[in-house]
Amino acid sequence: MHALKLTRKSLGIPYALFLLLFVAAPLIVLVYYAFTNGQGQFTVSNLTGFFTDPNTLGTLCYSFAIAVTTTVVCLLLAYPTAYILAKSNFKRKSVVVMLFIMPMWINFSLRITALKEILTLIEGNLAYYPFLNAVIGMTYDFLPFMILPIYNTIVKLDESLIEAAKDLGADERSAFFKITLPLSVPGIVSGIAMVFLPAMTNYVVLDMLYNSTYIMGSLIGSYFAAYNWHGGSMIALILLGIICAFTLATKGMEDEDGSAAGGALL
Amino acid sequence: MREKIIELQNITKTYDNGFTAVSDFNLYVKRGEFITFLGPSGCGKTTTLRMIAGFELPTEGKILLNGKDIANLPPYERPINTVFQRYALFPHMNIYENIAFGLRQKKMSEDVIKKKVKKVLELVDLEGFEKRSVATLSGGQQQRIAIARAVVNEPEILLLDEPLGALDLKMRKEMQLELKEMHERLGITFIYVTHDQEEALTMSDTIVVMSKGKIQQIGTPEDIYNEPKNAFVADFIGESNIFNGIMTGKLKARFGGGEFECVDDIEEGTLITAVVRPEDVIITTPQEGTIRGTVTSVIFKGIHYEIVVESGKNEMVIQSVRAPKVGEYVGMKVDPDNIHIMIAEDNTNYFMVDINSDHRLEFNGKILDTSVTKIIKGSRRLENGSIADSAGEVIDPQRTKISAAIHPRNIQMTDDISAGNVDGYISNLIYKGDHYSYVIHTDLDQDFIADDEYLWNMGDHVGLIMPVDKMTFKLVRK
Amino acid sequence: MIKQLSRIFILFVLVILYAPILILTVYSFTNATNIGAIRGFSLHNYVTLFTTPELRDMIIGTVVLALVAALLATILGTMGAIGAFYSKRQVSSMIDTLNQVPVVNADVVTGFSICILLVVVLGISKDTFIPLVIGHVTLCAPFVYLSVIPKLKQMDASIYEAALDLGATPQTALRKIVIPQIASGIVSGFSLAVTLSLDDYFIATYTKPATFDTISTYVVNATKGAQTTIKTALWALSAVIFVIVVLFVVVSNLRAENEEAAD
Repeated sequence: MHALKLTRKSLGIPYALFLLLFVAAPLIVLVYYAFTNGQGQFTVSNLTGFFTDPNTLGTLCYSFAIAVTTTVVCLLLAYPTAYILAKSNFKRKSVVVMLFIMPMWINFSLRITALKEILTLIEGNLAYYPFLNAVIGMTYDFLPFMILPIYNTIVKLDESLIEAAKDLGADERSAFFKITLPLSVPGIVSGIAMVFLPAMTNYVVLDMLYNSTYIMGSLIGSYFAAYNWHGGSMIALILLGIICAFTLATKGMEDEDGSAAGGALL
Repeated sequence: MREKIIELQNITKTYDNGFTAVSDFNLYVKRGEFITFLGPSGCGKTTTLRMIAGFELPTEGKILLNGKDIANLPPYERPINTVFQRYALFPHMNIYENIAFGLRQKKMSEDVIKKKVKKVLELVDLEGFEKRSVATLSGGQQQRIAIARAVVNEPEILLLDEPLGALDLKMRKEMQLELKEMHERLGITFIYVTHDQEEALTMSDTIVVMSKGKIQQIGTPEDIYNEPKNAFVADFIGESNIFNGIMTGKLKARFGGGEFECVDDIEEGTLITAVVRPEDVIITTPQEGTIRGTVTSVIFKGIHYEIVVESGKNEMVIQSVRAPKVGEYVGMKVDPDNIHIMIAEDNTNYFMVDINSDHRLEFNGKILDTSVTKIIKGSRRLENGSIADSAGEVIDPQRTKISAAIHPRNIQMTDDISAGNVDGYISNLIYKGDHYSYVIHTDLDQDFIADDEYLWNMGDHVGLIMPVDKMTFKLVRK
Repeated sequence: MIKQLSRIFILFVLVILYAPILILTVYSFTNATNIGAIRGFSLHNYVTLFTTPELRDMIIGTVVLALVAALLATILGTMGAIGAFYSKRQVSSMIDTLNQVPVVNADVVTGFSICILLVVVLGISKDTFIPLVIGHVTLCAPFVYLSVIPKLKQMDASIYEAALDLGATPQTALRKIVIPQIASGIVSGFSLAVTLSLDDYFIATYTKPATFDTISTYVVNATKGAQTTIKTALWALSAVIFVIVVLFVVVSNLRAENEEAAD
């Protein structure tokens, strides 16, 4: 019995090694590079540099502004969509739901190209509205990722809970605010996880829309272009910190499946 | 005489897809009554309850609460509360918040809410559970909280939708008693839905037996058990032997291969359905018995034996504390009081068919060409020809009984005795306006009813052709 | 009233999602160089798309990379899931945690960190394609793992033991009993891996050889450039991909319906 258990377990060894080598090790290297300079000496100047330079701090704030706005806009569009879809009795519901997910499978760069053509037609010169265009681009790109997890949560909601609330005297409105909305929080959290971070980092969306403003991702891109591994690592580390903070803050709010982000894709 | 609290008038519910779940439902409930809707799943009992609660609107009819029509009122404006099948406790609120939910909708002050929650928790024996979360409670505890959450609102009527269905047997028995006691203490009208006849019999003041969206019988548990109104009720409530028969004289009826004395005064020649409860059959010597047969199985059931006796083609299930031996030839008699005679509704012929050693259906030595696998749910035919049930177990033909039903109009009568599935002598005929209804007494000691537009004579020897595609089959027991 | 409003809202969101790609599809059949001015019908964009070697190589390269990366990711992720499922708590929770890192991490960070480790620290040349493939496997394998694990949890644990009891070796039991039970998870993991790899920009940018392009990196560079023929040929590419996706969805829906009907 012992021997055969070992066989099953040992199947996991290659993947465990893979994860150690290409997930854990890069993170360690990242930390090392973030706290050293070109000569390999320990330094905190990358960190202090970031938090004292008005430019980088400005980028951080600007990223937050874009990410928060995008997330809010996505949420405002996605929640009603997901709610209507989940409660609807369309004849071919699965097909209708599929319509909202399908854009995820079309290469994002091609979709942004399409968006760019439309925006150019409407605005003339894209450079006039960098913030607006960034939010539009990100929303267009990420909206399905917000709809899907929220839809999944609402559709799984036990209808009898809402009936119970009404039975106990709650009208449609208060049944929604007291039962449906609080119980769809896990979906909302997953959706935010799927949108917020990419909105801080996906700088190609901005690049493709002829946007000269910088977000956090752009900083990594420009350090990379300048072969400055140390500066880039520090930005990456700060982003990692933000992810950790978000994960800790929403701990226990995600689905039982435990996969806040990514769960939406499955 | 207590006043009516709620009255359902001509309630019909038809869904968008054309399915009628409840049709022409009429019922009134008196204040303080414990009334149970009983029936198999899909009989419309839950739909009726949901219309009273306000989750579904009736297509037609009125629901009068204290004389006022509430049929189109939303659930939150009805002084009625529900205990849901799977409790429907709000998972994101603790016990206190769950119970307080309804009171908060009424904008009660926090002090009052606190007192009421405390009191109702005492009522359900869960003092001090205020701060607990729903997930930490056992099924039985969740059940009590669901009840507490409903009764704390002091509803005029409490609806309970199979509330004990998710509990295990022991817990269920305990909760039955507790619910009954709670009903007495609170004085609220209870409308209870269940498919469990035993539960209905133990708890209710009044039972409403439903089938296919219609009321079959309304009555006290005793009435329903002792005087079932039709074969469905007799079959559904408790175990029954059901026979087709005919009145043969004053207070005399023939069924099951014998002539019995009975107490129902029905006109001679009327076709009847007779019901005999297994515990009412007395086993006696062949000489003393009204009918006789051979014991084919004896199973010990804990407090009694379940005995099956085959008499001709009829079968009698008997419960007795004394067990005969398998193969023994015995007599059977029934006290006239214990024979329940109903005027037959549609005269459908019921008879037992066998599964032969090739696992084909057989009646009177002739094979019925139909698929056995379609009758036994989830079964399939194995390569060697035998049948396995849904669990994959091979079915023993000896222990499997299938009942067949055929309507009299689908039986064809013929002179050619060998062409029929069974043959017999005409023992009764009634002219029904456009056809004759015949009773054919077979050698198997079983009466068949057949409709024919031509006139045959009493005593004619005829064959009965019964097309297999006109028969319906039901697995009775295995 | 509310029903009407909600239908209008749904329609509005669909328009937001589809208008750009549909308009682009329409324009791909014209000789217009910008959206707005409709000119004559033309298939020249499609001719360019399928005859320009540069474009053809880029498309084939992207697909080959996606298939290779997805295959490797599926093998690794599935084995990892089975191994973790049968391992001790600490081991499986360690694998779980590490697996979650690339899932929640920003692609920029994943790509950048792999680039630093493999290219800067270990000195592996990007031209070997090793960093690119490893990068994509790192991106995809965690999702395969996440789609297989739930299937393992749903599986009746005793069927594996039943197979052993009936004389199967552990290998046979795994191959003939466990794998078929989790096959649907493996398949959906694989298709998810393919889509992720096809859609990726950042990992490719940080790890690809300078002369190689995926659709994403190519399109991003092309939009920055001013080459009109290439730009409009990419409209044709969008249209083609859009049609492929629609067909895929239709076919899989029909198949699902047939299966339901068969039940």
